[in-house]
This record gives sequence, C-alpha cells and structure tokens, in this order.
Amino acid sequence: MMKTFLSRIRHHRRITTQVLFTALTNGYVKGFAEGSIYKGSSKALCVPGLNCYSCPGAFGSCPIGAMQATLGSQRYQFAFYITGFLMVIGAALGRFVCGWLCPFGLIQDLLHKIPFLRKLRKLPGDGLLRFLKYIMLGLLVILLPMVVVDMVGQGKPWFCEYVCPSGTLMAGIPLVASNEGLRAVVGWLFTWKVLILAVIVILSIVVYRPFCRYICPLGAVYGLFNPIALYRYSVDEEKCISCGKCQKACGFDIKTYETPNSPECIRCGKCKTACPANAICSGFTGFRTGAANHRCPDADETILKENINQ
Amino acid sequence: MNGEKRKHKINFIAPGLILAGVIFLMAGIWRGEAYTVFMKAVNICLECIGVG
Repeated sequence: MMKTFLSRIRHHRRITTQVLFTALTNGYVKGFAEGSIYKGSSKALCVPGLNCYSCPGAFGSCPIGAMQATLGSQRYQFAFYITGFLMVIGAALGRFVCGWLCPFGLIQDLLHKIPFLRKLRKLPGDGLLRFLKYIMLGLLVILLPMVVVDMVGQGKPWFCEYVCPSGTLMAGIPLVASNEGLRAVVGWLFTWKVLILAVIVILSIVVYRPFCRYICPLGAVYGLFNPIALYRYSVDEEKCISCGKCQKACGFDIKTYETPNSPECIRCGKCKTACPANAICSGFTGFRTGAANHRCPDADETILKENINQ
Repeated sequence: MNGEKRKHKINFIAPGLILAGVIFLMAGIWRGEAYTVFMKAVNICLECIGVG
C-alpha cells in the first residue's frame, strides 16, 4: 500500500510539489483564523512565485508586490534587492517557478481540471494578448509606481491595487471575510478586483492558465530568462521525428521541437511525457548549452512503445 | 552518433547573471531595501487587497 502511495506521488510529482510548496509558504494558519497576517522576519525574504504578502498564511513576500513597494518608495529609484532576487531565480530556473512553485498557477491548474463543454487551446487574439504581460510589467509594476507619486513622493502598487487576482483570492477575500473592520471599508475597488478574479476563474476552466499566459508580470520576467536559464529543455534532433505530439500536449501550444526554451514554457513536462521518441529531456545543464547538439538518454523500451501506440 | 563528438557552447550568461544577481541582492540589503520590503509586508496592504 505504501508502495502504491509513493508510486502515485511520483506519478503526480508536479502537483505534489505545487501543493507542498504552497502549504509550506502559506502555512500561518492563525492568520486565516484571526483575519491577520504573519509579522515575522521571514517577510523580508521573497518567495519565487506570485504570492501576496497580505495573504493571512504567507511567510514571505511577493516579488512583484515588493518591486512596487521599493520603486514606489521616495528613497529609491532602482530596486536592487528584488532585481537581484529575480536575476538569481530567473537565471537558475526560468519559468520552472510558474509550473512548479507558484500558488496561483496551482489554482489555475486545478480550475482547468473542471469539465467544460468545449475547452479552448487559446483565446482569440492570442498572439497579441501574450504581449499584455510585458505591458503589465513595464507600466503597472515599474513605471507608474515610480512616476505617479503623492505629495510626499510615495507611489502606489498599481498592479496589486487594480489588477492582481492572486492578491484578491489569497489575501483580499480571506481577510475581508474574517476581519470585521475591513468589511466595513470595502468599496468599488474590491468589487472591481473580485470581478477580475471571477473572469480569470471562469477563463481558467476554459483555457489553460490564462493569467500566466496573458497577464502575469512575474511570468513575463522569468520567461525572458528561459532561453538562457541553467534549468532547460533540450531536443535530441537525432531522435525527434517532428510528429507535433509535444505541441498538442502543451497547454500553451508551444512547438517544443522547435523552441524547447520558449519564454512561454512553464516547464510542466507534458511535452516530455507525450513525446513518442523520448527526444525531449530536461535538467540543469550547468555551463553547457546548444540544444541542437544535446542527446537525451535512452528511455525504457516499454515506455516508448506505450507512447507510440497512444 | 558515428563517433562524432557533440559540441556544446559554453553558457556563461546564466552563471554571470546569478553572480550579478547576488551582488544586486547584497547591494539592496545594504541600501535598506530589504527593510522597506519587510515593513510593507508585515502590515496589511490595503491597496493590494482592493480595500484602500
């Protein structure tokens, strides 16, 4: 029985990692019960995923919220601390964070498991909509908090205030539900944010990860690192038969056999599982790059046969 | 493979960025940015939750 349990965990290791990491970084249960937040010293550190620091359970800070807090402060014109953090995580892992460590990514994954009449591969205008996340990053996370300031030179966290559905779900709703004082001051802004959240929730059922794909500024940052990150995908050109099964399996519709390190790829690994020739592999390549020359280790013959027969 | 040696380019970009990132992180801590983040994170951010 233990063996079956362990085998199941191995089979579902991505969702297991997502759940465990979310629980680990949002485990301050007292906060949920009392409508308060954690105030310990770990809040000075950022977590890699989009995880609101006002979530009652959060032990760490959201990099996007922290970036806006630093740039919005009258003391700083550049956010060395958060930029450095994003460079370290991005250059090491790229968008692996989105696929394996982000709590809002987990929520979208779960929502997409809900059956629906007709699931869509992408939204109309997908090509243009994908640029939206870069606009969110440049405008709402970096530019406006720096430029639009009040009388004392303090900027606002524009993305958090007007857009972030992760903050609404993980912080806004639990805090408003459990804190009477906050309930008394809720206004149009909260309604607007709940509306955005509702749209994202509904879209997540129909399309795979719409927020990550079109809106998330953190995904936009990590995506820029994907082509050079230490953790990368490679395609063995000698094995690849260009059958397109990797693209069909990919929730983001990426041609993995052409661009294994696309800025859109969240490293979920579905393409690797779907490949009938075991031509896609991943790992930390260290100082080596050059996907075209990479050779994937041979897989178990039976697995290959099963994949080809599917 | 026919005994052909596979060529790998050397990836200096990622390790270089990680090193630069660590230097940035330390510079940020030295400038007091980590404290700014901490002070923001230990108080309920009313704007972030859509109340303020």
